Amino acid sequence: MAKYPTPMLDELESGPWPSFVSDIKQEAANRKANPKNLDYQIPVDCLEDLLGQVELSYKEKETHWKHGGIVGVFGYGGGVIGRYSDQPEMFPGVAAFHTMRVAQPSGKYYDTKFLRTLCDIWDLRGSGLTNMHGSTGDIVLLGTQTPQLEEIFWQLTHEMKNDLGGSGSNLRTPAACLGMSRCEFACYNTQDMCYQLTMDYQDELHRPAFPYKFKFKFDGCPNGCVCAMARSDFAVIGTWKDDIKIDQEKVKAYVAGEIKPNAGAHAGRDWGPFNIEKEVIARCPSQCMKWDGSKLSIKTADCVRCMHCINTMPQALHIGDERGACILVGAKAPVVDGAQMGSVLIPFISCEEPYDDIKEVIEKIWDWWMEEGKNRERVGETMKRLSFQKLLEATETPAMPCQVKNPRTNPFIFFKESEVPGGWTHDLKAYRQRHQR
Amino acid sequence: MADVTDQQKAVIVDFLKGKSAAKSKFYFNDFVALFPDMKPREVKKILTALVNDQVLEFWSSGSTTMYGLKGAGKQSHAEGED
Repeated sequence: MAKYPTPMLDELESGPWPSFVSDIKQEAANRKANPKNLDYQIPVDCLEDLLGQVELSYKEKETHWKHGGIVGVFGYGGGVIGRYSDQPEMFPGVAAFHTMRVAQPSGKYYDTKFLRTLCDIWDLRGSGLTNMHGSTGDIVLLGTQTPQLEEIFWQLTHEMKNDLGGSGSNLRTPAACLGMSRCEFACYNTQDMCYQLTMDYQDELHRPAFPYKFKFKFDGCPNGCVCAMARSDFAVIGTWKDDIKIDQEKVKAYVAGEIKPNAGAHAGRDWGPFNIEKEVIARCPSQCMKWDGSKLSIKTADCVRCMHCINTMPQALHIGDERGACILVGAKAPVVDGAQMGSVLIPFISCEEPYDDIKEVIEKIWDWWMEEGKNRERVGETMKRLSFQKLLEATETPAMPCQVKNPRTNPFIFFKESEVPGGWTHDLKAYRQRHQR
Repeated sequence: MADVTDQQKAVIVDFLKGKSAAKSKFYFNDFVALFPDMKPREVKKILTALVNDQVLEFWSSGSTTMYGLKGAGKQSHAEGED
């Protein structure tokens, strides 16, 4: 029988969706049964207390977690988030219930040994409750107590050769799509870049000195499987400069119905015969494609790399050969001023090891933001407050038309007096000779 | 940058002690203002050295991080972490 009645939480189990309440109840029952006969290092009934506290919060419509904490592992200023109940006598199992963030393997490639070891550590020293994965992409271990932190850290680093992730005003755990390991669209080696930058910026990951959080994400192509453009302060998105490669014979095979569009991804129902005009040409956002019945042509100068045609006919179309990445800055979720997508800073940059070109841009942004950013201000907010032009100056990037998303409505870029012939003054007499009043 | 000096550490500790009646936790930027001739990354090295000396400690809400003197404020005692 449950330790506390939880009628409001129980209702959350009734819908068609997976329920975190069911998951917590399942693990609570498992801990009680203790089939592995573990010497649990935190209270066995912590999850029942968790359910009790969440039920109380639902009832009273206010949280019973205190705000933050001082706990961590020695020398690290991130990776552990102190969580304390403000009703410790009522729910002693969650009096301290800290969260740990653990770096996920690049591209989220796991082997069973890794997962088993992680679960073994967390069953013994934590609540057994995990969040795979947090919105940053890291492994989130929910619920442990202070004496366990160093023990868990030792096991993570020594037995698993892994590390804590980022939290607080740190560089957050970088995330990459699986890139070249499986995907033919990858324009650069996302996993390698993610790993190298993680190793190079250990100090920024573990010792906080930024005004607020800072996230890197690496997408191999504009399909954006880790949503870098929407979810990272610094997004590196693979792209190419030259033409999309076209195999005209394969295009004809798609048109003739010999090859399934979208690699058969929409085979769940009958959508009728493939229609290249409707499904590819008309859906091109910049209308840069033409099909004359026997030949497909693409005007590269107008292509915005939306990936739709390549995704629809992957055997006929392929990314170009001159590959690199586009850098976008400033995406964030809605806290101040609403959600913001990244803005193009550098339309094309080479992605060759050791990624010095990329690191140079990152460090210039950091230097600027650390000096100019207000407390708890994301770089996208600093950019918006001080203008995109200031970011261009800080990163020594020339202004380019491709940085303007909507001319006249978001004039990020202004001319300086020194850039305008004659400055802000002009010869009024000469002007009036040309223009009547 | 040269090694962190005792004098630099003392500037931070004195600042925190001077403010201890009003506040116990401070943002990183508050310390940068104490060293107008230094870059933020150099100031960070002083703070890191003080954390390693266990003079300072981090406080984190999960989304943001602050620095304070170890054991200062109500939280350490209330949560049994001192």
